[in-house]
Amino acid sequence: MGAWSGFAVTFRQMFRRRVTTSYPEEKRQKPVRFHGRHVLNRYPDGMEKCIGCELCAGVCPARCIYVRGRENPPGAPVGPGERYGYVYEINLLRCIFCGLCVEACPTEAITMTHLFEMSVTRRRDAMYTRDELLMDAEGTVPHPQPPGPLADLDELRRPDGWMRATSPSGRAAYEGVVAWTPIAGWGLPPAERGQSAPPAVEEGEG
Amino acid sequence: MSLLERLFANIWFTGAVKVVAAFALLLVVVILLVWIERKVVADMQNRIGPNRAGPWGILQTVADGLKLLFKESVIPRKVQLGVYLAAPIAAMVPAFLIFLVIPVGRPFHIGETRVTLQVTDLNVAVLFVLAMSSLAVYAVVLGGWASGSKYPLLGGIRATAQMISYEAAMGLALVPVVLLASAQSAGETGLGAMSLSRIVDLQQGSFRWMIPGWFVFWLAPSFVIFFIAAIAETNRAPFDLVEAEAELVGGYHTEYSGFRFALFYLAEYLNMFNVSALAVTLFFGGWLGPDFGLPPWIAWVMPLFWFFLKTFILVFVFVWIRATLPRLRYDQLMNLGWKRLIPLSLVWLMVFALVTAVRTWGWPWERVAG
Repeated sequence: MGAWSGFAVTFRQMFRRRVTTSYPEEKRQKPVRFHGRHVLNRYPDGMEKCIGCELCAGVCPARCIYVRGRENPPGAPVGPGERYGYVYEINLLRCIFCGLCVEACPTEAITMTHLFEMSVTRRRDAMYTRDELLMDAEGTVPHPQPPGPLADLDELRRPDGWMRATSPSGRAAYEGVVAWTPIAGWGLPPAERGQSAPPAVEEGEG
Repeated sequence: MSLLERLFANIWFTGAVKVVAAFALLLVVVILLVWIERKVVADMQNRIGPNRAGPWGILQTVADGLKLLFKESVIPRKVQLGVYLAAPIAAMVPAFLIFLVIPVGRPFHIGETRVTLQVTDLNVAVLFVLAMSSLAVYAVVLGGWASGSKYPLLGGIRATAQMISYEAAMGLALVPVVLLASAQSAGETGLGAMSLSRIVDLQQGSFRWMIPGWFVFWLAPSFVIFFIAAIAETNRAPFDLVEAEAELVGGYHTEYSGFRFALFYLAEYLNMFNVSALAVTLFFGGWLGPDFGLPPWIAWVMPLFWFFLKTFILVFVFVWIRATLPRLRYDQLMNLGWKRLIPLSLVWLMVFALVTAVRTWGWPWERVAG
């Protein structure tokens, strides 16, 4: 029938399931490794994971990350290592959400979440600094937009799963181990395929 | 004689009421039509379609119309101002006028006065419709030319060729209808075979046992030719070369914005509705349909119901075709028009005229013998 069979095709499609959803009311389940906005993580004891090594900035193909590291103040250390990132900025207008920063990070300090509602009305609001990126000791992440039907802030606590740091924190106990490091307010995510069971984490690092 | 009877006895009052009613009806129909088209196309593409404004998005067209009203009407510097401003109006007027001769329901009586549910029962309605649809070409051609821009000009040129060549096929496809109408009313006066209300009346009764006496069962080829030509005449896909957005931006209305664009848009959908209503009237028995022995207070709605049901089924076919077929190339369009449709309608007209003549008067040699 050639051309005429097209009419049957379009008619049949009318009774098929819709592929689109009514977005703000009805949100689709995102893939586990969805690349949303970034988050700077903390250890469960409140220490910052970022060590200011600038590997993320170095690997970033869009050159949108700016990091400065400096020595931890001896009296009140911010992170468990020698240094910490005292400046951390991501220009989200330039970011291509490739996730290479997450892969490069040796301490799983930077991860991506499932939140993608990041619209701003001024360009400079799209520069996320430490204030917007860093989670607090309970694991709550600040977000410029208020929570609402469009921004479900719970999604900020859903990591993208693309964290495969070997030897977390660079400590000898983790030599050859592929595992998560625990996150403040989140704990230890379940091990993925290919990950070893994590060794017991000693509390109170220093 | 009550006040209502006296009012409707006055032809000016009746005329004014009918014109206002037809105008309001057409505006409501266009709102529905745009919504139906968007919903049906969305369904066929596995999408949801408009669903924000009103229940199921039914007020989407109203929202769009209001938006267009408040938009700036940009007038480019190179336009021919007079023609540019007149073209959208020239698109609207014929679209409204065509509807005025189409009967949408059974005539009823208020006292002594017979009120027909059409604004005027022209005795040459078929010719009037063809004339008006030819006038609609001017809007597209002039709008395209007066815009002073290359894409509208190309759209206008295409419109000239397309609408003129399909006009011929459309007119030829309607001749058998008039022939059949005058043959069927042979016993009475043959006059008025072009009146649409007369054509509807003639489709009463049945064709064979359960099948209604619609002209489409005698004139199926005419209907097919008419429908194809009508799609081309109203610039609908797959014949929407005039406003092919992939090639010509917006075609003839590229340089129009705001309310002037809305008028073109309105005219396009009005034409689609008019052509469907005309096809229903000429081929599918117009408002005729069973009223299931309902009590009279509800039965008077049934003709209107049947008319709009049939019309919207044809509108659905329009949308269905748009969702299915890709746009024709310019030469394919011309080939189809001049080398297929016009010869086909000529042959069909000759065959049908012969058959009608033989059925009416018998074979010529019999007449000589007798």
